[in-house]
Amino acid sequence: MPRARHLQLALLAAAVVAVQLGADAAGKPFWLTQLTMAAYGGLVVIGLCLFMGYAGQISLGHAGFFAIGGYTAAALTTADLTPRRGAALVELAARVHLLTLRPDLYGGELLTVRPWPAALAAVALAALVAALLGVPVLRLKGHYLAMATLGFGTVVSAVVVGTEGLGAADGLSGVPPFELLPGLAVAGGAEARAQNYYLAWGLVGLGMLLLLNLVHSREGRALRAIHGAEDAAGAMGIDAPRAKLRAFVLSAAFAAVGGVLMTHYTGGIGPSEASVMRSVRYVALVAVGGMGSLWGTLLTGTVLQFLSLRGVFGSFDDAVFGATLILVMLFAPEGLLRLELPAGLRAALARRRPPPAEG
Amino acid sequence: MTTALALQYLVAGLTYGTIYAVVGIGFNIIYNTTGIINFAQGEFVMLGGMTAASLHRLLPLPLAVLGAVALTTLVGAAVELTFIRWLRRPSVLRMIIVTIGVSILLREAALHLWGEGVRSLPYFTGDEVTALELGGARVSPQVLWSLATCGAVVVALQLFFHRTRTGREMRACAANREAAALCGLATRDLVTLSFALSAGIGALAGCVVSPITYTRYDIGASLALKGFTVAILGGLGNAGGAVAAGFLLGTLEAFSIAVLPAAYKDVLAIAILLLILFLRPSGLFGDRELARLGAS
Repeated sequence: MPRARHLQLALLAAAVVAVQLGADAAGKPFWLTQLTMAAYGGLVVIGLCLFMGYAGQISLGHAGFFAIGGYTAAALTTADLTPRRGAALVELAARVHLLTLRPDLYGGELLTVRPWPAALAAVALAALVAALLGVPVLRLKGHYLAMATLGFGTVVSAVVVGTEGLGAADGLSGVPPFELLPGLAVAGGAEARAQNYYLAWGLVGLGMLLLLNLVHSREGRALRAIHGAEDAAGAMGIDAPRAKLRAFVLSAAFAAVGGVLMTHYTGGIGPSEASVMRSVRYVALVAVGGMGSLWGTLLTGTVLQFLSLRGVFGSFDDAVFGATLILVMLFAPEGLLRLELPAGLRAALARRRPPPAEG
Repeated sequence: MTTALALQYLVAGLTYGTIYAVVGIGFNIIYNTTGIINFAQGEFVMLGGMTAASLHRLLPLPLAVLGAVALTTLVGAAVELTFIRWLRRPSVLRMIIVTIGVSILLREAALHLWGEGVRSLPYFTGDEVTALELGGARVSPQVLWSLATCGAVVVALQLFFHRTRTGREMRACAANREAAALCGLATRDLVTLSFALSAGIGALAGCVVSPITYTRYDIGASLALKGFTVAILGGLGNAGGAVAAGFLLGTLEAFSIAVLPAAYKDVLAIAILLLILFLRPSGLFGDRELARLGAS
């Protein structure tokens, strides 16, 4: 039903406008900054939702893909190539307009890769890593898949912290604005705040459109069949390993796009973005939104990320996400928006009765 | 590399190996009775070390260790009673997410209780410079304490599971939960016991290695990853295999420092984990069929 989808997207657009007007009217225009960051985090979350909610898999390493995207973009757009001017590769890149000269903080000039090719390279790298990792890893199920992806996330995190060229514990900073279209740049700063807010949410809208169309297509139905019963899906002629791999690579690409844009928006990236706790947080956001619901995930993900970025939870930030994970899994495994408290309470009360045998 | 240096690395590896082995055994105990991989396993080790260090300000060392083990055992039981029992016929995905949530809560609680600082217990015998000469390598008595504790845990568990009534009941529960329940065993309580038990031995290991490795609120995650590697490497459900695999991983890590930058130490364990998962998910010493069934 494409009409329903268009209506939903129109509602999203209306909500985005309403929030901006509301923030303006309330005299809190700086809210838009956190909402922009929440939007880029939202790209990661909806991509992960496809992989977890629809395909029924789990990834505890999506912060790794976010970091691959963000760090690649940051490294390419900040590393000064001037000392390597003579090298054949640098000359070739300059010849095909991949490089740009821009002034640095101290009045000198930097020769770096342009943001567009850097972004494409970053997303391509993340997708390539996902494909290489996915072939063996996606054969695993349950705990094994969780641990393997957790291991991947830990490796990315360790590499980022241990590599001097990536700024080690300090991360990379001084990332330039990303001019998506002439006059339309992803950049921080108060003057372009509203513009960036609309840009970010426009991109989220595009991402949602793509994913919604996907889950309502043959591919989406195949993923849900795999979720239900992988062997049965295989018997129906679905190439389950390839379908899972495509979903994994696509969700990794979403995470990388989120990473690239967030890095250009905030002007830098640090190792905490690659941490395992960040991966767990993305999983929590998907779980709260109700695993198999893109809209639910986007809504609760945005609200929680916004609150977290505003510092509402203070030093209990991670604890809030941990507690949220547990509570949602105990009481609302279908997500916060489909909370069935009576059922949850009934289950709690039924503990007194002898439990049905469990396998 | 001289023989003495190699021996020194080996000793360091065995020390870390004991803690990996005990975490791996903890995974096994809970996995056997419930089919759950408890992602909060590493946090039990951390809680043990932290609690003992705090108790030691008031109590003599043996009592502090005992108290820490008892408290962590209670925490383990409480985790099961508060969180795991509520789940009726949970999917694997839900179980994973709940235990991850528990691990985050324990870690954050430790952060607020003890702060970011590093803590440790004093050496059980002697101090940090006391050492026995062993073929040119210097061995701290604490290493012997760790090895002895690890050995004692394995032997005690073996006796418990094979010689006591409760231990046999737990094994029955592991073999077939439904049949065990039909025989009148309180399978629910046995699950609680398995959480308490694996928390207790985790805490004990956390105390014994604390003087050498130190304890911080956030050591749990990497311990869990390595403990899981060890559990898989040894074959899930196989305590002896876990010990052998623990020593193997600890030793490999210790020698890797000679070749790789120290920052990449954790990467080695993960590389091994991934390799094992791809090539032989039943582990080096495990039963292929069991792992295949357990994986679904």
